[in-house]
Amino acid sequence: MAEIYDIIIVGAGPGGLAAGIYGSRSRLKTIILQKGRPGGQAATTEDLENYPGFGRGTTGPQLMQAMADHAESFGTEIVRDEVIDVDLEGEIKRIKTKSGKEYQAKIVILALGAEPRMLNIKGENKFRGKGVSYCATCDADFFEELDVVVVGNGDAAVEEAMYLTKFAESVTIIVIHDEGILDCNKVSAEKAMANPRIKWVWSSVLEEVKGDGLVETILIRNIKTGEITEMPINGVFFFVGTLPKTELVKGKVELDEQGYIVTNDQMETSIPGVYAVGDCRVKYLRQVVTAASDGAIAAVAAEKYLAEEEGFKQQVLDAEEPVMVAFWAPQIEESITLLSELEKWLEEYGNGTRLVKIDTYRNQRLVKRYAVDEIPTVLLFHKGELLFKLSGAFSPDGLKGQMEIVSA
Amino acid sequence: MIEVNKANFEEEVLKAEGLVMVDFWSPSCEPCKELLPDVHQLAEKYAGQAKFCSLDTTGNKRLAISQKVLGLPTIAFYKDGSKVAELTTEITIDEVEAKLNELK
Repeated sequence: MAEIYDIIIVGAGPGGLAAGIYGSRSRLKTIILQKGRPGGQAATTEDLENYPGFGRGTTGPQLMQAMADHAESFGTEIVRDEVIDVDLEGEIKRIKTKSGKEYQAKIVILALGAEPRMLNIKGENKFRGKGVSYCATCDADFFEELDVVVVGNGDAAVEEAMYLTKFAESVTIIVIHDEGILDCNKVSAEKAMANPRIKWVWSSVLEEVKGDGLVETILIRNIKTGEITEMPINGVFFFVGTLPKTELVKGKVELDEQGYIVTNDQMETSIPGVYAVGDCRVKYLRQVVTAASDGAIAAVAAEKYLAEEEGFKQQVLDAEEPVMVAFWAPQIEESITLLSELEKWLEEYGNGTRLVKIDTYRNQRLVKRYAVDEIPTVLLFHKGELLFKLSGAFSPDGLKGQMEIVSA
Repeated sequence: MIEVNKANFEEEVLKAEGLVMVDFWSPSCEPCKELLPDVHQLAEKYAGQAKFCSLDTTGNKRLAISQKVLGLPTIAFYKDGSKVAELTTEITIDEVEAKLNELK
């Protein structure tokens, strides 16, 4: 039988790597499956100056390599293999990879990431690799002494435009908003506005990319006047947001309309034991620092989940003797009274039945699993089987009839 | 794989007979480096059935542009010196292998 990991992380961007660090450091057997090199989108971002503690001069590839080394130093396995199918239902999750292997784990953390969005304008796809680019670090040095445009005005667009000025003769940013309005952060906006090598075209959108073999001109449409201008250009860089890479889990975990994975504050998805971190999940801010934060939260939540599951299994499901599980809450007086009554009652009439108390506030997962909608609620298990469920206040003597099942 | 550059590109690729595959890459291109080990494996697997070259575009920019390559990674196939197929930017090694099998 294949060995079972505690945690399988799919994807080695900052979210996946941080989860690896926290998972391994908790002595959980942790593996990261990654299609290519670790680092995710951050590995293709040259200037990365907003990760706390790492200022100017930090590059994306450097920081990501440091995170990968960090995870490995605590024992995280990083394996280069592409995940092609996942079976997330059930206690043991199964992950199939392109190399034909099947990995098994109790926990899956989805760190699937995102990819650049295409604008789908005329010529965009045709001239991919011929002047149309989505990756400044990949292609910037082709454009030395040449002219390029950047489409978009968020953080990525404006920051990558500044990076491109180190190579290109001129960089023109096409902005859909009125003059002076940018979606990016203020520091980058001010720097870009002050950069003499950056030109601006306001209130405009890119209409078409044209050329013969390589990009030669673009058509720009002013959205206020409707006027279309043709501009000679060698390169067109698109930074118009990203799309989640969640195709793998479509129909398996809950996604929002745009395809992002829905999670709660603990990074739990709609499937027990499955977590999602980083750019692939619904969130307010998609940055390296928030991805890393997600990873830490998911790994800690997963550790707690494993401990709870293991505890419940040992104490209740695998127990030889009958086990009575009582759901209580500290602020519900009658549930506390019932606990002490049950304890005494079981001693006398329980035939060796053990009592396990579950604080409903700390064990929401069990509350959901056994549909506990009233406190107190009592469940009786024997050899892993649920024999009965009693909800609401009752006197232990009422159990007499029910308990005959286990005394028989 | 044979390393080609502006000095030997003509000899090794344009004047070569048969099928030549050229992997255009650069050290600053992360997706290229991601693909590189797979490309080398492919070259070993199909050794003798085609000629496999790699071209670091750093310092060979004009050469790349003359081959209409202006984005990385790009994998181009030449037959008897003329380009017959090209894969660019979002490339999977499966696509490269399929194209190779189609052309060889």
